[in-house]
Amino acid sequence: MTDATSANVPAQPETSAPASSLLLQTDRMKRRNAAESRFKAYGIVAICVSLSVLFIMLWTIFSDGVSAFRQATFSFDVTLDAARLDPNGNRQRDEMMRVTTIGYTGLLNDNLIVYLNARAISTEGVTEREIAAFISRDTPARLRHMVIEDPSLLGQTIRFEGFATGRIDGYLKGRVTRDSAERDTNISVAQLDLADRMVDDGLLSLKFNWGFLTNPDASDQRPEASGLGVAMIGSAYMMLLVAIMVLPLGVSASIYLEEFAPKNRWTDLIEVNISNLAAVPSIVYGILGLAIFINFAQFPQSSPLVGALVLTLMTLPTIIIATRAAIRAVPPSIRDAAMGVGASKMQVVFHHVLPLAAPGILTGTILGLASALGETAPLLLIGMVAFVANYPSGPLDGGVLDPATALPVQVYSWASRADPAFIERSAGAIIVLLAFLLIMNILAIVLRRRFERRW
Amino acid sequence: MRRLHSLPNYYGWHGAILAFLPAMLVLTLWVITHPILIERQLADFFPAEQFERDADRILLMADVRRVAEGIDSAVAAGALSAEDAIALNTDADNVRARLGEVGVALGADVTAEVLQASQRYRELASTGGLFRAIATIIVALGGLAYAIKITAADLRARNRVESVVLGVLMMASTIAVLTTIGIVISMLSETIRFSTMYPFADFLFGLTWSPTFQGVSQLGLLPLLWGTFYISIVAMLVAVPTGLFTAIYLAEYASPRVRSVVKPLIEVIAGIPTVVFGLFALVTVGPFLRDYIAEPSGLGTSGSSVMTAGIVIGILNVPFISSLADDIMNAVPQALRDGSYGLGATKSETIRQVILPAALPGIVGAILLAASRAIGETMIVTMGAGAAAKLDLNPFEAMTTITVKIVSQLTGDGEFNSPETLVAFALGMTLFVITLGLNIFALWVVRKYREQYE
Repeated sequence: MTDATSANVPAQPETSAPASSLLLQTDRMKRRNAAESRFKAYGIVAICVSLSVLFIMLWTIFSDGVSAFRQATFSFDVTLDAARLDPNGNRQRDEMMRVTTIGYTGLLNDNLIVYLNARAISTEGVTEREIAAFISRDTPARLRHMVIEDPSLLGQTIRFEGFATGRIDGYLKGRVTRDSAERDTNISVAQLDLADRMVDDGLLSLKFNWGFLTNPDASDQRPEASGLGVAMIGSAYMMLLVAIMVLPLGVSASIYLEEFAPKNRWTDLIEVNISNLAAVPSIVYGILGLAIFINFAQFPQSSPLVGALVLTLMTLPTIIIATRAAIRAVPPSIRDAAMGVGASKMQVVFHHVLPLAAPGILTGTILGLASALGETAPLLLIGMVAFVANYPSGPLDGGVLDPATALPVQVYSWASRADPAFIERSAGAIIVLLAFLLIMNILAIVLRRRFERRW
Repeated sequence: MRRLHSLPNYYGWHGAILAFLPAMLVLTLWVITHPILIERQLADFFPAEQFERDADRILLMADVRRVAEGIDSAVAAGALSAEDAIALNTDADNVRARLGEVGVALGADVTAEVLQASQRYRELASTGGLFRAIATIIVALGGLAYAIKITAADLRARNRVESVVLGVLMMASTIAVLTTIGIVISMLSETIRFSTMYPFADFLFGLTWSPTFQGVSQLGLLPLLWGTFYISIVAMLVAVPTGLFTAIYLAEYASPRVRSVVKPLIEVIAGIPTVVFGLFALVTVGPFLRDYIAEPSGLGTSGSSVMTAGIVIGILNVPFISSLADDIMNAVPQALRDGSYGLGATKSETIRQVILPAALPGIVGAILLAASRAIGETMIVTMGAGAAAKLDLNPFEAMTTITVKIVSQLTGDGEFNSPETLVAFALGMTLFVITLGLNIFALWVVRKYREQYE
């Protein structure tokens, strides 16, 4: 436009330069070029904004969550006094069961104080009660379980590892500070000083906590004992069931719509339906699940089976769309060739089209499963947000009907609890969830790279 | 072999189908009708008036079933011998206590009628189970025998098998329609039940939302609707410019190398579960906005607010808008660009005056779809928007949305048959209608105004 438009621009005064030149920018051209670079900058800014939010989000969640995998753990010598833990002295399981966790708590407290004295760790300013408060309520229960399983430990002195309470754990991880302890009725500054001395001695340290991955959920007062065990089993059951249900359903529906369906009103209706279902908010599927599977069909609440049914209906449209694209990508020449040597339409589809479309279908299914794995809202409505402290049984013993939770739901329920220690665990659960999603996505990409054919 | 009509394996499949399908049909029918027949038989045990109302009968039958299952599991656990179980009666031993010992918890004491009925139930169920197995096997064998009888070289086995397969495929494709019907029926019936308990006009036009589980609740939709739209508007104010400029840059400016790195990174956002964004809103965005913007300017003291949820939903929707808009702009033919460049337009002028107008219907469609996603988004608003239903203009106040209230009304401990719980279905229906309307409108816009370049 330079030449034509700049003819209208008033000629520059008193210079010998020509009225317009390709080498000199006119004011107008400068403005236009400035607008051009501004426009381009907007694009860069937009990309930077969304990417930086993404990185900030991932970074905050990782930095919050990594500490959930490590837990403040005591490691000290415990003398298992047979007289206290088995008053009758006959090692009978039933009679040993009568000693409750309260008995074990007392034993642990006494042993801790003995150990502190033996190692000459000063306990000034801290009462015995406050020292007892260092030990998580989960720890005596664990010791009790250990002793009941193996009564031969009685009378021995063993090196026992148990969790410290959530506040001490928070102090070691920097979540609880001396300032916050002054305002906190659950912990005192003197206790934190003692914790420092324990760390120096090696009695107390942050250790990798497998329990975070294997334990079931724990109550509000024991964040240190809670884990993702039940949630991971629940999610695994659901993914298994969803895969079993959605793959045959999605593939059959796609084959019919792509290869056999006549062009009529009914087919049109199905098509419109599928594209609209793909855009229905996920929570609506939760309402559907509650009304149909739980209230009408009387399936048990909070069970992975109901969750899987809901997620199947939810992912079905996406899977059908992906599968149809994969089937459509198989060139018609393949079909014509098969028909030409006398195959029936059904044989063409099952012997030729489907095997060739399989990588695409699998990729689409894995991605659909990945989105189902992260789905939370519908599962809240069918009761998977409930507190579940027992592991579901094995998949063949009706475990899919037992109450369970799911990974994303566990993230939500921990995030909504009062104790800030649960926020850390919530972020930790997200790390686990994202790790699974990453694995599934990488699997899908690898499948696509290795097997996809371009025609 | 040459004389066969079909390949040999089709004859096998044909036999298998003839054995399997009728047997499955019998089994299904039996499973559906058997409980109804049992119920009729058990009617003799109870006074007629207990059986008249549906609700009473269902409760009674549930009791009978629970006792019967309790006895069964007691027998299975070895706490009762089979004879003892039959000899159980309410006079001699306390059934509830005995079942309690083996871990079968019963709500109330077992009456004599219920116990007798459940004994009869066990009898009927076990004989029924036996007959069911026998009938199914007989039908299966009959089907197989028939298949063997008609199998001959000229049997059109392949065609028969294929028509069954086609039927199965057709049924699978109707699941989508059935899902829609299921959604509509389940929400509509509960919404109608809700409207018998609570005046529907008050629900639609009420200005207050204050459910109490004692019975005097006001369940007005408007505050929730306002919160939903306010948050969605904020979200779209974030998502539309960011998403569009991202798409413009990627489609028109970026070099292939930049594009191949940035585009997947942007799409990572779409793959992250929304609960992660929810935690981000709760832990990071909310406190940040409160400490650095809302409190210094005196606008509010709450971490969860319209802005918190809106901004985070906006970011979540960026990849959705950008990838759709990117595709649409790539579909604009190169000739239009070249024509514009040939007239001397700069790149940004070409984009603003040629490409965007050509891509507009598609972009509007994408924006509408993104808006419908923002309206239906649940986890981010549940964790980041708050729970207070307010009609307020201040974006730093906590407000609530339809989806938040669906979750809170259905996850509480409320009785199911109360308007406070059933209102969730009416809210769900509202949400479904709004999002469906937006989707259909979006598809219509795209279809009607699409430019066809051939």
